[in-house]
Amino acid sequence: MAVQPASTEIATRTASIIQEFKALEGPLLPILHGVQGEFGYVPQEALRVIADELNLSRAEVHGVASFYHDYRKEPGGRHVLKVCQAEACQSMGSDATTARIKQLLGIDFHETAKDGSVTLEPVYCLGLCACSPSAMLDGEVIGRLDNEKIDEIVEAVRS
Amino acid sequence: MNVKADISSLVTEIDYGTPESKAEKTVTLTVDGRSITVPEGTSIMRASMEAGVEIPKLCATDMLDSFGSCRVCLVEIEGRNGTPASCTTPVGEGMVVHTTSDRLDAIRKGVMELYVSDHPTGFGEKAGTGASEFDHVAKMVGLSENRYGVEGRNHVKPEDGVAPGHGSLTIDYMVRDDSNPYFSYDPAQCIVCSRCVRACEDVQGTFALTIEGRGFESRMVASMNEAFVESECVSCGACVQACPTDALREKAVLEKGMPERSVVTTCAYCGVGCNFKAEVKGDEVVRMMPYKAGKANHGHSCVKGRFAYGYATHKDRILSPMVREKITDPWREVTWEEALAHAAGEFRRIQYQYGRASIGGITSSRCTDEETYLVQKLVRQGFGNNNVDTCARVCHSPTGYGLNTTLGTSAGTQDFDSVEEADVMLLIGANPTDAHPVFASRMKKRLREGAKIIVIDPRRIDLVKSPHVKAVHHLPIKPGTNVAILTGLAHVIVTEKLYNETYIRERCDWDAFEDWCEFVSDARYNPEETARICGVDAETIREAARLYATGGNGAIYYGLGVTEHSQGSTAVMGLANLAMATGNLGRNGVGVNPLRGQNNVQGSCDMGSFPHEFPGYRHIAIDSVRQIYEDLWGVTLDKEPGLRINNMLDAATDGSFKGIYIQGEDILQSDPDSKHVAAGLAAMECVVVHDLFLNETARYAHVFLPGSTFLEKDGTFINAERRINLVRKVIEPKARYADWEATQELARALGLDWNYTHPSEIMDEIAATTPTFAGVSFDLLEREGSVQWPCNEKAPLGTPIMHINGIVRGKGNFVRTEYVATEERSGPRFPLLLTTGRILTQYNVGAQTRRTGNSVWHPEDRLEIHPHDAEDRGIHDGQWVRLASRSGETTLRALITDRVAVGVVYTTFHHPDTQANVVTTEATDWATNCPEYKVTAVQVGPSNGPTEWQRDYEDLSKKTRRIKGHLEAAE
Repeated sequence: MAVQPASTEIATRTASIIQEFKALEGPLLPILHGVQGEFGYVPQEALRVIADELNLSRAEVHGVASFYHDYRKEPGGRHVLKVCQAEACQSMGSDATTARIKQLLGIDFHETAKDGSVTLEPVYCLGLCACSPSAMLDGEVIGRLDNEKIDEIVEAVRS
Repeated sequence: MNVKADISSLVTEIDYGTPESKAEKTVTLTVDGRSITVPEGTSIMRASMEAGVEIPKLCATDMLDSFGSCRVCLVEIEGRNGTPASCTTPVGEGMVVHTTSDRLDAIRKGVMELYVSDHPTGFGEKAGTGASEFDHVAKMVGLSENRYGVEGRNHVKPEDGVAPGHGSLTIDYMVRDDSNPYFSYDPAQCIVCSRCVRACEDVQGTFALTIEGRGFESRMVASMNEAFVESECVSCGACVQACPTDALREKAVLEKGMPERSVVTTCAYCGVGCNFKAEVKGDEVVRMMPYKAGKANHGHSCVKGRFAYGYATHKDRILSPMVREKITDPWREVTWEEALAHAAGEFRRIQYQYGRASIGGITSSRCTDEETYLVQKLVRQGFGNNNVDTCARVCHSPTGYGLNTTLGTSAGTQDFDSVEEADVMLLIGANPTDAHPVFASRMKKRLREGAKIIVIDPRRIDLVKSPHVKAVHHLPIKPGTNVAILTGLAHVIVTEKLYNETYIRERCDWDAFEDWCEFVSDARYNPEETARICGVDAETIREAARLYATGGNGAIYYGLGVTEHSQGSTAVMGLANLAMATGNLGRNGVGVNPLRGQNNVQGSCDMGSFPHEFPGYRHIAIDSVRQIYEDLWGVTLDKEPGLRINNMLDAATDGSFKGIYIQGEDILQSDPDSKHVAAGLAAMECVVVHDLFLNETARYAHVFLPGSTFLEKDGTFINAERRINLVRKVIEPKARYADWEATQELARALGLDWNYTHPSEIMDEIAATTPTFAGVSFDLLEREGSVQWPCNEKAPLGTPIMHINGIVRGKGNFVRTEYVATEERSGPRFPLLLTTGRILTQYNVGAQTRRTGNSVWHPEDRLEIHPHDAEDRGIHDGQWVRLASRSGETTLRALITDRVAVGVVYTTFHHPDTQANVVTTEATDWATNCPEYKVTAVQVGPSNGPTEWQRDYEDLSKKTRRIKGHLEAAE
């Protein structure tokens, strides 16, 4: 599991991300993306720095950050696997493929493997319905999940 | 009329659901067969309510813009498909609206059924008051069943062993938050309508609440899901007021039940003068609800007025008169008759022995106009001298002098609503978010709409930077350099020809203007020189001056940071000069506006509390004015001005002043140089203190008369916008007499023939003798709610904006404002400058707020110090430090912050054990003797604990507060 950086370091690194995006119109989401990219999650301390810099309240920044499940509160695994649970995938058997993935990785949704290799998350539609059931590994979409592909994914995240 | 009022019942204000439209064009429509004409832009919901048809609603309230989330306010409109929400649909000409039908009933029932399936009442339990809007709507739609049951995912029941969190597999229960002393948040009852969040944002402007998460996980939280008391919440109560369920509810109401009757009255804290409904159960106030028809607050409140009324029933209140021979004796509880006879006898004895001028009185800015009027009348008529002064001496006396000299009236020029049209606010020496919170919310709202603000203040106050607020310019001047910065701004305006010549030629004294121009144009006031004196940037001075002069409507707001200086009066005149020069007077959105510290500072000044003035600021040397009172009172009045507070104390130490009647002011704690005050009081033979508590001054008192709170009397307060607000008796006086009655009894004991049976008769006397109040009567105030003086034949309903058709003085007078550095310059022994102020949750000397739950937020006074200054002295955050000046020293704990500049330290004076005024000096305003609280040269160093003075004082405090028959001292 990733080591969490000290809070002063978070503040400094967050501040430089803010400077990068501050001039944009509606800079909050790009900044949160930047922070998640930098740390792998959105540290609570970063939210305070963002609120102060953008002249927003802590409540407002928290409201936005907590609205999006993609912004994680704790560090995730080295890989993030999202498995689609939406209607099209369900009709193409995502229940079974999901169960298999959970079993092979030994974790449930919203959990990270003990060795820190992977975090498993549900996602509701990747816009890839034509290739259901689908998943996304570290930002790359994978269509037509079957046992073979699942084995490949498991192997990839374990290595 | 939007109020149904009946003296003995609950005042209920109609909630129209959406705000009033300000459009001039009107639209006529039909709602359930009733025709109604409303301004364009009005919602169907509001129009219906105006027609007398209530549409059920949950997420709408007329304090907030419509939101359209609850789906119970649906209506049908002929010729349109579907069932639009009435809160978000504006009216149209000729529209025919139906608010009930089988379809609508079914939809509403369905929606409510879904709500109750995840709500404690759905379990058949009474979780709250049973009297919330939610309960009302459930009844209104005739909800009779819950087909969904209550099983499955819900927010109502905790499930053991499963921690709340995000994601679909977790449960959704959240524990109740009781951390705020005044209200609780029970998330189980929350329907996520966002009314609280929107109230916090739109009305209060703090943005402390949010909806966390999404979908079924959505819930209202404070800040980042923090306990309310630790969050950004300022406890103004707007969210509690807005909540349609019992999720946010006053603890007092939950504990004691819903109120049975209510009385509309006026808050007794700051100078904003908010109207409240004091809601009572039995003879106990259970809630203070902001009154929407209140013209100063429009239904908003702050933590003090809304919640901090518990002092009225605090055990420390003294309810029996007391007498003692020497201040070292224990107090003896006596009857009113004995106490009054004793006081009167002593006053007469002293006058016989030491002369007529050897006694005096002090009026209170906390008491009503009528009470203040009686105290000054007692002094002038009964004591036969003019030794009357008021606590306004120590706060806003320079406002009176400065504005009178330049404009011709001793008061602010605008009403609060005027801020809605301000484009540029110039804020100097005031911290509204802490000291005038309800008006600060109005300012913040206007700032969010795009107005700009320039802040001149040694500290980085919240209006410099806080969520959604950012000052265009902040000039963190050195304390004591107000006059220099104001003259510097004038220099830029004059030399760059940014002044409004047409206005000046028409409304002001042109010669005075030319003289002033010559003065301010001098190179010694150029931005570079000014910058050097004030410790700010020269270019910022230029830009700030240009912005104020050319940015549209420029409105000046100022506070005690301007007046409480050795050049307080000069600075006030400097502000008036700026407003006149730029033509920023006499219309909406502009003006010079003092923010008054106490509820009735304006009133106590208006009522002739000063030793040289009769009510209405008329000098006592004017024969025709004196004649009015001599005829009415049947005595010859002294035409020489009497003694001011500090002169009385000086005279006392010299042995020529021996007796004083002090109503509702704690001069020992609130006046500067505490040691000097103590010495003066100790030298007197009869000190009569008339107060709620055995305050600090009472330690030196011989007679104590128990006072009454604002809840226990009728009368009027006058707020910072000259608004005369009615104070109505809510409960009977706990100590038998309202303060005006006690003063009347004292007058009678002195042999005066006073026979007022109600404060309205006192107001009638004021109106009959004071031209600016000629039209005022309790009847008028009952009818109009409130009026702003001048109120007379020319302005029968009062005067919201002054100087409209010309400046009251005749021609506006420009006055030279030469900067004279205060003698309190920092030097090697005392290298730091101390300035003082107020914090949101505490009020003045804290006698009231310290005796409420507000102390949760501010249990002690702290010394704010910049990290550099702290490091130089080896001071850590929270450490005890010694604060020393030429006058004395005290100790308190440090708070390290960069809100103050290097070289400046700051503290509040809410707690008596801090004794901040032990260190403040005797320096005063040259014109009015207003003390220079805002600048004291000090040194700060680490300390182990309280100073000798603080220890001695505590000792004395115990000794002087014993009451015979009581085991312990009262405090």
